[in-house]
Order: sequence, then C-alpha cells, then structure tokens
Amino acid sequence: MINFVKKHYLIILPIVFIVLIAQMDKYDQLTTSGTFGAAIRLAIPICLAGLGGMFSERTGIVNIGLEGMMIMGTWFGAWAAWLYGPWYGILAGILGGALFGLIHAVGTVTFQVDHIVSGVAINILAAGVARFLNVVAYADQPTQSSTQSPRIDGDVGDFTLPYLSGGADTPSLFGYLQDLNYPFISDIAGLLLGATSNLSYISIFALVLIPVAAWVLWSTPFGLQMRSVGELPTGSESLGVNVYLMKYIGVMISGGFAGLAGAYLVLESSGIYREGQTAGRGFIGLASMIFGNYRPFGIFMGSGLFGYADALQLRSDDAVHGLLILISLILFIFAIKQLIEKKYINSSISIALSIGFLIWFLNSETVPSEFVYFTPHLTTLIVLSSASQKLRMPQKVGQPYRKGELS
Amino acid sequence: MKLSLKLTTLLAPVFAIIVAFGLSTIMLYLIGEDPIETFKIMYDYGKTGKSIVSILNRSVPLYISAVAVAVGFKMGLFNIGVESQYLMGALLSAALGAAVALPSFLHITLIIFVAVISSAFWAAIAGYLKVKKGVHEVISTIMLNYIGTGIIAYLLANIFFEKVELSTTAPQTDLLPETARIPSLNAFLGIEDLPNLHGFIIGAVFIGLLYYWIVWKTSLGFDLRATGSSPMAAKFSGANPARLTILAMMISGAFAGFVGIAPLTGYFFKYTTDFPSGLGFAGITVALLGRNHPVGMALGAILLSFLERSAQILDLKDVPKEIEKIMQAVIVLTVVVAYEVVKRYVTNRQIKEASKVVADD
Amino acid sequence: MTLAIDLSNISKSFPGVKANDEINLKIQEGTIHAIVGENGAGKSTLMKILYGMLKQDFGSIKIFDNEVNFSSPKDAISEGIGMVHQHFMLADNLSVLESVILGMDRASLKVLNKSKYKDEINEITEKYSMPLNTQSMIDELGVGEKQRVEIIKVLFRGAKILILDEPTAVLVPQEVSELFNNLKNLKDSGVTIIFISHKLDEVLEIADEISVMRGGKHIDTVDASTVSKTDLAEMMIGQNLPTPPKREKNSKQDKALTIKNLTAETENGRSAFKNINFSINQGEVVGIAGVEGNGQRELAESILGVYPIESGEIILGETTINDLSTRDRRESGLSFIPEDRQSQGLLMDVSLSENVILGKQSSTKYKSRYSNIKFNEASKNSNIVIENFDVRTPGNNTLALALSGGNQQKFVVGREIENKPSLLIASQPTRGIDIGAQSLIWNKLRDARDDGLGVLLISADLDELIGLSDRIYVIYEGSFVKELDPENATPEILGSYMTGLKT
Repeated sequence: MINFVKKHYLIILPIVFIVLIAQMDKYDQLTTSGTFGAAIRLAIPICLAGLGGMFSERTGIVNIGLEGMMIMGTWFGAWAAWLYGPWYGILAGILGGALFGLIHAVGTVTFQVDHIVSGVAINILAAGVARFLNVVAYADQPTQSSTQSPRIDGDVGDFTLPYLSGGADTPSLFGYLQDLNYPFISDIAGLLLGATSNLSYISIFALVLIPVAAWVLWSTPFGLQMRSVGELPTGSESLGVNVYLMKYIGVMISGGFAGLAGAYLVLESSGIYREGQTAGRGFIGLASMIFGNYRPFGIFMGSGLFGYADALQLRSDDAVHGLLILISLILFIFAIKQLIEKKYINSSISIALSIGFLIWFLNSETVPSEFVYFTPHLTTLIVLSSASQKLRMPQKVGQPYRKGELS
Repeated sequence: MKLSLKLTTLLAPVFAIIVAFGLSTIMLYLIGEDPIETFKIMYDYGKTGKSIVSILNRSVPLYISAVAVAVGFKMGLFNIGVESQYLMGALLSAALGAAVALPSFLHITLIIFVAVISSAFWAAIAGYLKVKKGVHEVISTIMLNYIGTGIIAYLLANIFFEKVELSTTAPQTDLLPETARIPSLNAFLGIEDLPNLHGFIIGAVFIGLLYYWIVWKTSLGFDLRATGSSPMAAKFSGANPARLTILAMMISGAFAGFVGIAPLTGYFFKYTTDFPSGLGFAGITVALLGRNHPVGMALGAILLSFLERSAQILDLKDVPKEIEKIMQAVIVLTVVVAYEVVKRYVTNRQIKEASKVVADD
Repeated sequence: MTLAIDLSNISKSFPGVKANDEINLKIQEGTIHAIVGENGAGKSTLMKILYGMLKQDFGSIKIFDNEVNFSSPKDAISEGIGMVHQHFMLADNLSVLESVILGMDRASLKVLNKSKYKDEINEITEKYSMPLNTQSMIDELGVGEKQRVEIIKVLFRGAKILILDEPTAVLVPQEVSELFNNLKNLKDSGVTIIFISHKLDEVLEIADEISVMRGGKHIDTVDASTVSKTDLAEMMIGQNLPTPPKREKNSKQDKALTIKNLTAETENGRSAFKNINFSINQGEVVGIAGVEGNGQRELAESILGVYPIESGEIILGETTINDLSTRDRRESGLSFIPEDRQSQGLLMDVSLSENVILGKQSSTKYKSRYSNIKFNEASKNSNIVIENFDVRTPGNNTLALALSGGNQQKFVVGREIENKPSLLIASQPTRGIDIGAQSLIWNKLRDARDDGLGVLLISADLDELIGLSDRIYVIYEGSFVKELDPENATPEILGSYMTGLKT
C-alpha cells in the first residue's frame, strides 16, 4: 500500500486535492456527475484518436496525420448523418478517416516519405478537402457556408445503468450517495453516476472498442503480426508476415479510429460540422497514447485526464479557478521533492511559481475565459513533461522499411 | 552530370504541379464546371498588375514563415508552432511600437527587435521541453499554438486595449505612428496606378540570404545539418544536441518573428483580431514544396500566393474558390512523395557508380 | 545417404559484382557442412538464395531431390529450411513464446492458442536440452539465450535443414562450446546443418565437410578430418592467413591518456563501469577485451565526453579534460573511431568532402574567422584521405552511403588519423569489413602508433586485439579484472577472463 502510494503519488495526490477542493461550494463542479459525464464524453474522441495512434505506431508508422483524419471524420460524419442519419454518419466518418489513412500509408510505406512530413501534409490536405467538400456538398442549402454544415438532427438513444444510476425509472443509488454530500463517497458516486448515466449508444460502442483493441493486438495472430511489424519488419517478413500489408492495415485502422473520433465529436458534442472543431484533439490523442505507453487501457486513462480538463473548461469557469490552487499545491510538492534531491535552484523556482499561483488564486474570482479555453492543451503539456515512466515504444517506429532489404 | 542531377530534382515539383492540376481538373469536371475555362480565368486574373503586386506582398510573410520552418527541418526538428510564434511577436511589437515615439529607423528596428525576441523566446519553450522533459516538439508546438492563441487573445482584450462601455469595436492595439511604417516601393520603382508594393520585400530577400548563410556556410549550420542527417554522428563529432535543439528552436522562432513585420508595418499598422493568421501553417507547405532551399521556397511562396490570389475571382464566376485549397494540398502531398522518389533514384545511381569503381580495380 | 541440398550452376549478379558464379554444391543429410570464405566471397548471397530471400539469376536448387523455386523465405521454411541470422531477428518487446510462433498462423482474428504452443516449444527445448522460459521478454535474455530462441524458432517450424550465419561471431569461447554441443545433438537427430564462418579453428572442430568460397566461386569441398588449417586458409584467400604481425614496442615515456578512478552509471542507476585506472603512453596501443555490454563502450564514450561520468579523472596528455565538452576534447587532440560507422561516424546522405569536416567543424582547420566553413580546404583534405587510405570511390562528391562498408570504414579511420590526434580511440575498427580494408587499417594504425600516437583499442576480434595491442586489459562487469601481455595471451585465456571464469 505504501509502495503503491509512493509509486503513483503524482496521480493520487492530485486526486485527493481535487476532492478536497471540491468540498468548497464554489468548486463543487470539480466532482459532480455532470462534470464526469462531460469528461467521459470529451475523453472518448481523444481516446479513439489515441487508439488510432496506437494501431499505427504499433506497426511502426508515426501518425501525426491523426488530426487530419479526424477532420475527415467530422466532415464525412456530419455529411452522411445529415443525409441518412447518425449511424451512417459514424460509418462514413470511419471510412473517411481510413481513406486518409490509406493516403498516409501510400506515402510512408510505399514511398517511404518521412512519417512526420507525410503526416503534416495529410493535415494540410484534410483541411483543404473538408473546406472544398463543404462548399460543394451544401451549395443548395440556405445555411450555405464554407466552414459549417447544417444542423444535424437525429438521436441514437442513450442508456443509463438501472438501480445504480437510475436507468429505466429505477432508483439511483449513485445519485442518492452523491446528494448526501459526504466527502469522497459523494465525489466517487458522482464519478460513477456520470460514467453510467445517459451514455449514448455511440459512446458505448466507442468504449467497447477499447477492450476489443487490446484483444485484437494481444490475443490474435493478426495482432501479433501487427506488433511484430513495428518491432522487427525484416525478421517478420522472413517468417511470412506481409509487412507492407500489415502496415497498410495498421495505418488504415488508425485512420478509421481517428475518423470515428471525428464523427463522434460531431454527433455527440456539437450536432454540427464546424471548421476547426477538432481543435488539436488528434494531437492530444497522440499525447494520450504516449502517456498510456502504447496500451489501450493506458490510453483510456490518459484520455480520461485530458477529457476531464476539457470538461472543466466547458462546464464551469469557477471549477477552472479551483485548479489554480491545485497547481499551486502540486508545484509545492515538486518543490519539496526537488529539495530532497538537493536541486535547490529548481526547488526555488517551483516555490516561486507555487506562491505565484496561490496569489493569483486568492486575488481573483475566476480565470479569464481566454485561459480557460486552453486548459486541456496546457494539461497535455504539463502531463507529458512530468510523465517520467519508462516507455516501451515499438522498436522501429518512425523508421523506413524497404522490402527485401536486410539491415 | 551534375547539372542533370539538379534537373532531376526539379522534376519533382513540376510533376507535383501537374498532378495537382490533373486532380483539380477531375474535381472541377465532377462538380460540373469547365476546368479549362476555370484555369484560364484564374490565370488571366492572376497576371494583372494589381494581382502581381498583391501576390508579391502575400509572398513576403509566407516566404519568411517557410524559412522559419525550414531552419528546424534542416536539423530534423519540426517547428509546427510558427503560427503562434509570429502572432505573439506581432502583438507585442505592435503594442510597444504604438507606445513609443522614435526616429523612423530606430522605431522600425525596435519593432523588429521586439517581434524577433518575443517569437524566439516563445519558440524556446518547445526546445526546452524537448531537451529537458523529452516532449516531442510536434506535440509541444501544437499545444503552444493553442496556449499562445489564448494568451494573445487575453493580452489583446485586457491589457493592450481599453474597453469602452457599449462600444462594439473589436479589441485592437493603437495605430502605429508614421515613423514605424515601412514605406512602399512604388515611388522608388516608379510604379503608378497600382497598389503599394510593400518595402519589406527587400527584407525578405535579406532573410533568405541570411538563412542560406547560416545553414549552408557556417559551422553552426554544419552542426544543424549534421544533426538532421544523423543525430548520433553529430553528437560524436562534438555537437551538443541539447544546446543545438534550443538554439535551432530559437533561430526558427526568431525568423518567425519577421513574419508579422510586413503586414504590421506595411498595411495593418495595428494588431487586431483579424490580423493575418494561418501564415505559420502555410509556411510549412512552402517549406515542404521548396525543399528547404532558399530559392525553392521563394518560388513556392509565389506559387501559393498566385493560387490564392487568382482563386479570388472564382467566386464571381460561381466556381468554389476552395478548389485552390485542394490544389495546394495535393501539390504538397505529391511533392513530398516525388522528392522521395528522386532521392532514391539519385542514391541508386551513386551506389551504381561507386560499385563500378570497385569492380574496375 | 540422401542429399539434403543439391545446388547446380547457381549464379547471381549485382550491379558491378558477380556475387555467385556457377556454384555447384551438394550437402549430405544429417551432416554439419561448413561454408567458409572471406567477407564478400559470396557465402551470404548463396545462403539468401537458398533461404528464398534472393532469387538466383541462373541455376537450380534441389531439396531432398525435389526441385524447388523459392520466392520468399516462407517457401523455404515450408520445404524445411530454417536460417539463423548473424544479427538476431528478435524484438525486445515480444515474449519468447510470441517470437517463436510469429507467422505460424494466418493473420486472422481468432484466439491464439498460447498454451498449446507453449507445450510444443517445451517439448523441443527438452528434446535438444536447450532450456528456455517461454514467458520471458526478449530484452531480458543474454546473447546465448537469444541465439537459442532463434534456433528453436527454426526447429519449431519443422526445419530439417538449419543454416547458421556466423553464429559464433557474437559468442565468447565458452558459449561457443555450448552451442557446438547443441549442434551435435541436432545432427544426431538427423538435422542437416550449414555452418557459415570464417573462423577456421571452429569450422575444423564442428564440421564434417567444408566448402570454400572465394570471389563468388566455389573453390572446393573437403573432408574436415583430412584438411589442415593452412590448406583451408590458402584456398580461402589464395595466400597465407592474415593476422596482424607482432612488431617492436615503441612506447615513449610521455602519457597520452591517464584515467584515474573513473566511475559511471547507466541511465537506470546500475553501474556502467567503476574505478577504472590505466594510462596509455605515446606510441602505445592499449587494448580492452570484453564481452559486449561489460562497460567498454561506455568507457570509450565517457572519454569522448558523450557519456556522463560520476567520478574520477580523465587526463589527456597533461590536462584534465573532465569539464571539457566533446568538442573541446576533440580540439585538444582526441580522435574517435566509433563502433558503428554508419550511425556514429558518417553522415550517410552527405558527400565525402563534407564528411571529412565532421568532428572538426568548429576547429580552425575548417572554420574561418567569420564562422564560415572552409569548403575548399575540406575538399582538398577529403582527397588526401581518399588517396592515403585507398578509399575506392568515384570522387569526393560521392555520398557516403554509396560506398561499401570497407571503404566507409577506411574513410572514417583515415579522417580521424589525418586529423593528427595525440590520442585515438578505436572502437571495433575493422568490424564486418573485407580482408583488404582490414589489413590496410591495421597497417595504418600501426604506422600511426610508430609515429608516437597513443591508441585505445576496443575490439571483439580477439586476434586483432592480441596482434595490435602492446598491453591488454580485460573488462568484466564494469571492472578491469586482468592486465595481460599480448605475448602470452590467447583467445582462450582472454575468453575465460572475459566471462568471469578466471579472475
């Protein structure tokens, strides 16, 4: 137990702090079921993008183009949903993303373009294509615009866990606990309530994909071949693995996941396609993949964190204000840690920053909305800079592979 | 022999442009427009005197942005954050430039200095995070773009702009005084009846030369290129990867600082919410297109500006002008593939020649 | 007895090279058949053809009397041929089980039957007494164990013919004898083994028959029990076997390098090497023998300044260089031949005339007062290196990647020596290159030593160490365990210190 705390104190302490801060009325939004519900909904697209990144990188291809593939998902998702209904939107989003995955694969696998260069080009292409298609596809609509789709109607229905969360007119145990307002118990009940009520079927579909992805990669011959391609392409080729094919499939699945993430954004959060609505979530997905050490459940945890940050900025400026004291506290812990490690200069910088955030917290009522907006992006940076675990990244990720060539 | 190698490399962008026109032709055809007619309209509009001035003016910040990106590319560093870097520099220099009174030369120098320094430091954050915390620069620069955008919006609305009750004026900095404006070249070149050809075009030429000198001629440039070619070999040769990374990020950011100078001192004279944005991303396109070469990028910047400008006329003809976005994107994607093919061809030829020498002995 | 393999008239050309020239080769079932030859003799090409990785231009292959036509290793595997490559084809992030069964099933979405496979693997490991834990991750294994995984991988696929490409190159003598025991077991159960090597002692010990290749041609096949080492050597290179001949000591009194109590840790806090003390005089070659991964690489890199040290002192000539950057150390007269020329010693996609600058880009040799690089100087000097070190290239504008390994290495060695250092660190200076280049590099190193250069030589080639060094230290688990005079050292003696059998 003590060892566990020691090892994971960087995760545990912030959680404890958050719960403590949430005891103040002003900041109770930090742990309500509403916030957690929103967090899950916002985490899902990031998680899907992260899973997409994983499928690509496991086969050795860096996929910076996730963002572009996600853009394709938003556009095709909106368009097909507008024409035929939400489930078609999901399908079209996946296909649109996969199509761009195919382009990335042609560039990186067949022509061995630098993966990042190809990814950047994919992002540029996606932005251009979406803009063009949008003008062409909605030309006859009264709302015609180069950057938005018409509003999309249609609901896929949702699901709430009975008895625990009150689905199907049953009592809600978590709801009851949350309303008791006991520290910790109510907060955790809020988390569970948010996670298990009003989940749309699309969300459930997306969540199911997490264990499915893990199963495919670690329990099937297909998954083994896929992983081997990112580790040692030459050796795999000589054992009869079709390396190019595996890479193509990996990058296309990657695109499909990113596309699904995009379609999800349109159908679940906004109900409309809007230029720029991915807002870097493809890249945040990539960050959650690194944070999650290229494993599905790790990615889920990582995206949960980013989703939470995203939810806070959407739901309540007050809650973000509460984060100031959290940052101050965490910096303070860092300072103590650095002091123990005899890094006096770093320690004093941390102390100074900690006090700075404390003063900011005490002297303000809210955080300016311009700052609130980048909470998830800042969280991404902070998390990536403080995650110091040993990564087991695929050995040959990012390196070109040419068929029949021995290294 | 050497000439033919250079010619082969030139084939790549030519090929890419042909493919882009081919694909656009198909798309135009699919949406029921006459492709030939469309291209002709674009060309006719693009070659008017007015358009040419506009194209050149557009090319200037685009080219500088490409140079900023290319500095990083040369050492294998992907600075996707030029966008927020130049906007940061533009805002701070606009605010300061409007607040001081100085003789013209000093005033302009001060504005450039502030823009360059603040952009360089904003870029340095990504370098620091990569060196000290192992955060990949693609992710950090992109996140810093969002963070930078937020900070800029905050500074603009709350610090550099005084809100007036009930006024609907968008947040903006004060106008730059005359002394802070770079004059146009029209009088100097004797051009009449045309819009202003912005003076900073000369600055862009100097920036191109500076870039060429730093990267290809100096020992620092050698270190950068060596690191881009083989980080290990560079390290073993005595290059300090950590120092170089931060330095390269800062040089890249410093070039980014020049991006906003032309719009700011040439025709905007203030920083507002509609100050030209997106130049940082477009710069990536140009850098890829011009293969980080100072002349190649200049041609690339002019090509993209031409497409953008000439597409403006399409709206009047009821053809979606967004076709130009597709053309740009297709050119980029095709060109990176084509360069790779050319590179492989050149390599194979060299290997063949070298093995001949061995076999002849 | 049946013929396991019957090759007739196999020919294969690459641009400018005839790698295999009408090879005829018959191999009996249930024997160990060695193929010897220098680097570039065509052994690897022939084996790649036999394993389906390359396609012959002419000629036919019969396996157990069936004519076959391979288009990929998969085809060869299904005919019962398996190959263990010199560089292991194993992924650190896969388990032993996964490594062995990779590619056995079609890439489908059914559940992998891991327990069935595990039993099958254990059966094989028991049968041939090659113990292995199937759950281990590959990166937890030692070199010998990794090789075992490779062999089991091949046997698991039902291989009747096993090709081993330079299997002993990465092993120490004690591991070699373990491998040979395993191979004898395999032979006794009817497996045919093709053993590729250029180490004649080993070949004579293990093989039944030996085929010699030279310049892409099959010279002869001889019975291992009747042939002598000298005969083989003559067939192999048409002349006597080269080992660096001994020569007079030439050591001066002045110190080129002094190392005092040097200690360093690896990234994860374990000891890389500790309390290293030694010195190198001018005009002296000091060799370090050690099994890869015992700290010799870290030691060399810490002297160059690219690996951080915990404590101790590094003195170049008279000056302590602990606090100097790599650049300043090179400025003070340190040269470095890295173990991996392609990733550490050259810019592969850059011309030779620029590659000559590498390492001196900030010295006045190539840097003008205004920070400009003196490209004319570089072009001139690159031609000097090409000339003096016999680098075979169309010119100095050729990209480094276009050269053969031997020529790349000659260029790197030439550049470092022509920089006129006071101390040269040479890490694996002749690894994986042809005989001609090897002897040239040996001669050049010796000449430089005679001119008063101090050399720190790190090599896995024990003959090279014994032949070139004036003194040899053996490093084991990060410590110097023995100092030896090369006059009295043999590979066997070195080997027993290197593995910690003797201390």
